Amino acid sequence: MSEKKQQVSRRQFLNYTLTGVGGFMAAGMLAPMLRMAVDPVLKPSAAGDFVNVGLAVEDITTEPQRVDWLVEQVDGWYESEVSRSAWVFKDENDNIKALSPICKHLGCVVSWEGSEDYPNEFFCPCHDGRYYKDGTNVPNTPPLEPLDEYEQKVENGMLFLGMAKPRGEA
Amino acid sequence: MLQKIYDWIDERVDVTPIWRDIADHEVPEHVNPAHHFSAFVYCFGGLTFFVVVIQILSGMFLTMYYVPDIENAWKSVYYLQTEVAHAQIVRGMHHWGASVVIVMLFLHTLRVFFQGAYKKPRELNWMVGVLIFFIMLGLGFTGYLLPWDNKAYFATQVGIEIAEQVPLIGPEIKTLLAGDENIVGAQTLTRFFAIHVFFLPAALFALLAVHFLLIRRQGIAGPL
Repeated sequence: MSEKKQQVSRRQFLNYTLTGVGGFMAAGMLAPMLRMAVDPVLKPSAAGDFVNVGLAVEDITTEPQRVDWLVEQVDGWYESEVSRSAWVFKDENDNIKALSPICKHLGCVVSWEGSEDYPNEFFCPCHDGRYYKDGTNVPNTPPLEPLDEYEQKVENGMLFLGMAKPRGEA
Repeated sequence: MLQKIYDWIDERVDVTPIWRDIADHEVPEHVNPAHHFSAFVYCFGGLTFFVVVIQILSGMFLTMYYVPDIENAWKSVYYLQTEVAHAQIVRGMHHWGASVVIVMLFLHTLRVFFQGAYKKPRELNWMVGVLIFFIMLGLGFTGYLLPWDNKAYFATQVGIEIAEQVPLIGPEIKTLLAGDENIVGAQTLTRFFAIHVFFLPAALFALLAVHFLLIRRQGIAGPL
């Protein structure tokens, strides 16, 4: 090897080719495994179907009432019916609101007027989290966000609910 | 960058002698296919190990989806075969690799046998190799049941009946394998899964370590 040209030495060349070929083979082997492992992240999120919750629109009052219903859930190879709940009422503009009962603090379940000390509010018993009737969190209580709101539609006078979405997305 | 990280560690921990001990050794001329092409037969052992590494990796990833339960085993395999991207390839690697391991192991054994490389002082390593061979057969046998399809079920039923033919303790061996005196079922599947995924691999790692330590200690057998 001439000293002027600074050519790649035989040793370097072999190192590069071996590392390259070896790396290529290792990548070919590992790529399918990693792709398989991350598949849940890359799957398109399932669009929630709307489900009849068994509540007629005419029965919805301004007082929040709790509705429970079942949805078909496909969890990989396991299919089951899971229950969902919502607090449903009409607001001052006569719009139907369906709030998720899952507390935005740490995921306990809130109830309408769940505490005698806080009338006209949703109350979470775990850490005294509170929400106003429209789902907005009461400042200086543990929750930092308003309650999620269910996607909704009305068909034949019945209420249909979809997925619970954070405020502003529903 | 990598060099710097390595140097930083090496300066403090002095790792170079450790990996030199493991990786840096002369390949004798009679073992180097660049000198004598027929020396490729010396690759069979390493290739067996390479396929074993593939088996371990692909198996690890398969357990992310597989459930060893008679209600769900087949469903979970079907799910990963049809719904999970590239899982078909990974299971394919594990499925075909299982056969390739046996073939490579066999070739490696033939090479050692016909070259007489098992002779003194390497008899111990031959014995360890035979144990590894048994472990591999065990892995093949237990893994075959896991998809819980008809082929798996009846192959295992037959396999367990073969084990039952052992004199005197046959029935006990059968119960021990199947987890029940009469049924090849829920308990068999969990047992085979545990054996396939924990017990046999643990034994395999230990034996492979001994196998490799011995070959480094004794060196490769001389030319014919």
